[in-house]
Amino acid sequence: MDTLTSPALTGILDSALQSADTAEFRAQDWFAILRQQGWHTFQSLPMPKRDDEKWRFSDTRTLSLSGYALAPAPSDAEAAKLFARSQFISRPAGLMVHVDGHCIHKPALAPELTAQGVIFEPLTDALRHHPALLKQYLLKHKAGLGGDKFLALHQAWLRAGYLLHIPKGVTVTQPFVSIHWTLAEGAAVFPHALVIADELAQATIHDFHLSARPATRALAISACDIHAGSGAKVHRLAVQGWSSATQSFQIDNTCGGRDSLISSVHAAVGSRRARLENIVRIDGPGADVRLCGISVATGEQEFDQRTLQIHSAGKAKSDLLFKNALLDKSRTIFSGLIKVAPDAQQTDAYQTNRNLLLSTEAEADSLPGLEILANDVKCSHGATTGQVNPDELFYLRARGIPLAVAQELLAQGFLEEVLARVENEEAAATVREMLRVKFHQI
Amino acid sequence: MSDSFVIKNLNASIGDREILKDFSLTIPKGEVHAIMGPNGTGKSTLAKVLAGHPDYAVQSGEALLDGQELLGLEPDVIARAGLFLAFQYPSEIPGVTIANFIRAAIVARQAKGAPFDAKAYYAELYAKMDALKMDRTFTARFVNEGFSGGEKKRCEILQLMMLKPKYAVLDETDSGLDIDALRIVSEGVNRMRGPETGFLVITHYQRLLEYIVPDRVHIMWDGRIVHSGGKELALELEAKGYDWVKTELASA
Repeated sequence: MDTLTSPALTGILDSALQSADTAEFRAQDWFAILRQQGWHTFQSLPMPKRDDEKWRFSDTRTLSLSGYALAPAPSDAEAAKLFARSQFISRPAGLMVHVDGHCIHKPALAPELTAQGVIFEPLTDALRHHPALLKQYLLKHKAGLGGDKFLALHQAWLRAGYLLHIPKGVTVTQPFVSIHWTLAEGAAVFPHALVIADELAQATIHDFHLSARPATRALAISACDIHAGSGAKVHRLAVQGWSSATQSFQIDNTCGGRDSLISSVHAAVGSRRARLENIVRIDGPGADVRLCGISVATGEQEFDQRTLQIHSAGKAKSDLLFKNALLDKSRTIFSGLIKVAPDAQQTDAYQTNRNLLLSTEAEADSLPGLEILANDVKCSHGATTGQVNPDELFYLRARGIPLAVAQELLAQGFLEEVLARVENEEAAATVREMLRVKFHQI
Repeated sequence: MSDSFVIKNLNASIGDREILKDFSLTIPKGEVHAIMGPNGTGKSTLAKVLAGHPDYAVQSGEALLDGQELLGLEPDVIARAGLFLAFQYPSEIPGVTIANFIRAAIVARQAKGAPFDAKAYYAELYAKMDALKMDRTFTARFVNEGFSGGEKKRCEILQLMMLKPKYAVLDETDSGLDIDALRIVSEGVNRMRGPETGFLVITHYQRLLEYIVPDRVHIMWDGRIVHSGGKELALELEAKGYDWVKTELASA
């Protein structure tokens, strides 16, 4: 494990990392090897450059991994404060809270869930309790959309996060809630989410990524892998609300089995720059996947969204809708590809990106794409970028609503199409409030 | 003239088309005035110019609302000064509920930082919706989205009743209404009539004026008022048709 902490290799993570290699991690050889492989991959890959097609339009010049370190565990007082701020959902199936990568609150599942075999545990516990499950599912995919170097670093420093396993036929209606906070200046965090929904299982997940203070510097490289078995239903809300001085990466991989139903909503307001890579693999026929994203970008924020819908099986549907509202000098990039394999006949695949420019200095780039090798498919993609409708704006103002408020209302209305798909009303209200606060920071 | 809405020698254009030509009209507070006229004579332009629509340019004139000049002000400032425009074609606002929309309009009229009494707001909103025979579930619907013509106009009148302006301009509120909706909308307006409010009702047809009986009727032709009279003028115009205006009045 020396290579992991050798400061000569890179300046990115200092010797504080050594303390992260706890005995329990070392006890799992396979896990130590997995991390080591991550580190080697990280070292072998170059940083993205401007002319990389997968990083087109991103500001690669300001990408930097130096000056971050793993942070020590928070004080009890800080932990208590952040736990108190973590109560977004009044009756979750389970609530897990991490601060700077340290689990400060483990979920207490209802006995009936435990009796049904439901697992919702921090990774550190799951390593001891369910090594076989982790071995089978943990980090089985490459990032694939340009973020491999960052996913490799995530793998190297994997510690924080959870395993959620819903056994066959078990339905859990209340959401599983995981909250990651960053607290210390310069903290590097690597939140992981591993969701395994077996055949006909059903679960709702809310992932919140937040910072204790609005402008603390941090590096967050997160990953979420979802494995939805035949007929499984998985609904996920991922809220990215890191501090305004955070560089964040979220690399998601979703596998949908036969007749599975998967929906995800990514809501982004935080970070200085945030990159989302989202790959959905439709492996089973009849799967139905809905992918949504919304963001409110302000200041000089960059939201970089890369998506890939892979249809390997036929008679399945995927429908993507990403909407961005841009203010100030912010930038968004949406790059999406739909791939339909030769055998994936009767595929329905859609992809829509809509950008609302609330400032003349904001910039939204859109790169939609299709790669269809089957001949009996319904596929479409579309992208629009525009300003608020002047008739709508005049209508609001004619009721006495000032320009800035009218624009905010129209932007919230624009994003509401996606928020309406968040079934948990408390979660939707939480995101609405975050959007509202974001607008009022201008 | 501090208790009236005075429009004096108003000249306004869109692009290089002059539309309002020395338009003058005074509406004393508490009165209902109607403007009738054929299509293309500038009725809707008048409504939009008064409301501060950015597409129109004002060359000269005055529009004094209880003594306050409105011309040149931003549309939201005009509205907060006390002028309400009921739109002929109200915009659909996707994603914004009626409740939030009207709430934002009321908050805009409150002192900065003043608390908003949500309970009183909903009580008033529901009472007025009941009066307009609007289902209460409308509060959660997006503004005008998927509304029928009648629902849109009822929603306009609901806003009028909630915002309680000093003066209201109703631009062809009768268009697209069946007789039941017309009666309900008119009742809403009539309920608002009183010494504190002035109305300018713009219409193409005399029918609306059977329900909202005006104090004065003005006939508009080619950007200005060419004839004024009592409520009976509407009937005379209906009987004689707009050709009468063209041959008898416009040349005067």
